[in-house]
Amino acid sequence: MAVTVLIPTPLRPFVGGRDALEVEGGNVGELLERLTGEHATLKPHLFADDGRLRSFVNVYVNDRDIRQLAQRDTPVKPGDTISIIPSIAGGTAASVGAQRAAPLPSKAAPVLSHEEILRYSRHLILPDVGLDGQKKLKAARVLLVGAGGLGSPAALYLAAAGVGTIGIVDFDVVDKTNLQRQILHGTSTVGTPKLESAAARIHDLNPNVRVEPFETRLTSENALDIIREFDVVADGTDNFPTRYLVNDACVLLDKPNVYGSIFRFEGQASVFYAKRGPCYRCLYSEPPPPGLVPSCAEGGVLGVLPGIIGSIQAMETIKLILGVGEPLIGRLVLFDALKLQFRELKLEKDPDCPVCGRHPTITAPIDYEAFCGIGAEPSYDGAEITAEQLKDEWARNPELLVIDVREPHEHAIAHIDGARLIPLGELPDRLGELDGHREIVTHCHHGSRSLKALEILKAAGFSKVRSLRGGIDAWAVNVDASLPRY
Amino acid sequence: MTLVLDSRHVSAIRRHGEADYPAEACGLIGGAVDGDRKLAVQLVPLVNRRTDSARNRYLIDPESFRRAQDRLERDGLDIIGVYHSHPDHPPAPSAFDRDHAWPRLSYVIVGVARGRAADMKSWVLADDRGTFEEESITNEERKAVWQ
Repeated sequence: MAVTVLIPTPLRPFVGGRDALEVEGGNVGELLERLTGEHATLKPHLFADDGRLRSFVNVYVNDRDIRQLAQRDTPVKPGDTISIIPSIAGGTAASVGAQRAAPLPSKAAPVLSHEEILRYSRHLILPDVGLDGQKKLKAARVLLVGAGGLGSPAALYLAAAGVGTIGIVDFDVVDKTNLQRQILHGTSTVGTPKLESAAARIHDLNPNVRVEPFETRLTSENALDIIREFDVVADGTDNFPTRYLVNDACVLLDKPNVYGSIFRFEGQASVFYAKRGPCYRCLYSEPPPPGLVPSCAEGGVLGVLPGIIGSIQAMETIKLILGVGEPLIGRLVLFDALKLQFRELKLEKDPDCPVCGRHPTITAPIDYEAFCGIGAEPSYDGAEITAEQLKDEWARNPELLVIDVREPHEHAIAHIDGARLIPLGELPDRLGELDGHREIVTHCHHGSRSLKALEILKAAGFSKVRSLRGGIDAWAVNVDASLPRY
Repeated sequence: MTLVLDSRHVSAIRRHGEADYPAEACGLIGGAVDGDRKLAVQLVPLVNRRTDSARNRYLIDPESFRRAQDRLERDGLDIIGVYHSHPDHPPAPSAFDRDHAWPRLSYVIVGVARGRAADMKSWVLADDRGTFEEESITNEERKAVWQ
């Protein structure tokens, strides 16, 4: 059965100048295959060397983009109109060409100035680095995803080492609570975008480094375009959707992903480079359920720890660029700060890995929020109360019971007078202490654990329960300024 | 092939590059192919959709392309090229430009140095996608033809 395929102007010369063709096929993939079979010169403009549809080629069935349908498996029927619509992209991104196209480490060698020779003298006299290695560093382009705890030491050491271009993806603003570990930023830059703060600090440390800022969240839409331009990616993200996104994009683009993560007193690091070893999905095929693993904001982190793990990331990045030593590919390093102990696990490539295995099912970035179950969180409409509302209601109704579900050591930092401390972990066993007839408001630090407490109470039959939105932090900001924030 | 622009097109592209500096400006060029000459008739300035890194990237999304194509086709014109600016960079295509280029279209690039439009050049992707070849730009006033 034939359907009509509309050809955009730039491709018409490849199909005999025609603007529309009748092509046979049951789905979009078959149509395109037949089309490029009949018009072979069209093929490289639609498909990349690996057989995937180029990112800037959009195929619409009637008025819908096949990326929102079933991609190439999108069925077509007689009477449908298939349109190939260009999106047009480009840009400068600096001195490019052959340099960028080549993967690490071989590149056109840049020249070092006298200032740079002096600055890098301790590298230059190191046989494994030397002048050639230093030039490789200067030609290298490293992308840091996140300018936070891990990104800070990584950025500083990479800049100091003379990595020529450092791209940074971050959209956050420097907050005072960052300064305990994010040494890229300072007291004077609190309140400014992390990118600006980072660029200023890097420039001060080494003005020879070019900083390419990406003030955005890394998303399925922009990840390939951003990462494509770099040689190595250092992942310093603090959340699972972005971590899987970075992994998948690096696998799809054949880039090494220098991974690090931290929690409280423990950290881990590895180099995921699907060409030569396993990827993050081979290690963790699925993320933990949302809420199971607390973030640094919820769980806390020892300030020096990201300094150690982020430095390992910088070290591995530099080794990859120089091509020296044994990279951390196929190995996972676990660090325990309390015992000061490093352990090493061997990682195997998973032949059934959905992104880097023999028969990959993920061939383009997916919806990572959904994959990590984040969109599936229940809605808490009406179950939350603001700090100001709580203050008013509590004044009118002294019987209202406020439960603080934080840990005792947090209670010691700051607490709301009159609230009863029952840590979240103990709550299920202490339900008997609560009077089911009273109005209850749960609170924690920022309002996330208190929602879990609310679920526990509702499930146990308590009906008049709400959670304090923003936690004690919102209370300190909006109601009781005498409380310290933490 | 040579790209034929008249002085209004040239100054409009330069002004658009200056106005959007330090972001990249972009737009489409409507016209017609006549033998080995591509005659520009109408410019379609567009909004750069790359809000995340507009200083060194531009994007014309498929919807904008489709609308511009429909509009030009009603006037009997085709999209013959794309223009964009390179803020503080020379008007030479980057590897990113090449990777994302469409064949046969003229890629007009204007360098904008510290807010002032500088050199303008036009490039065409080779059919094997390997290189971008420079294409000459001819300045002609064609009032009689297109009025």
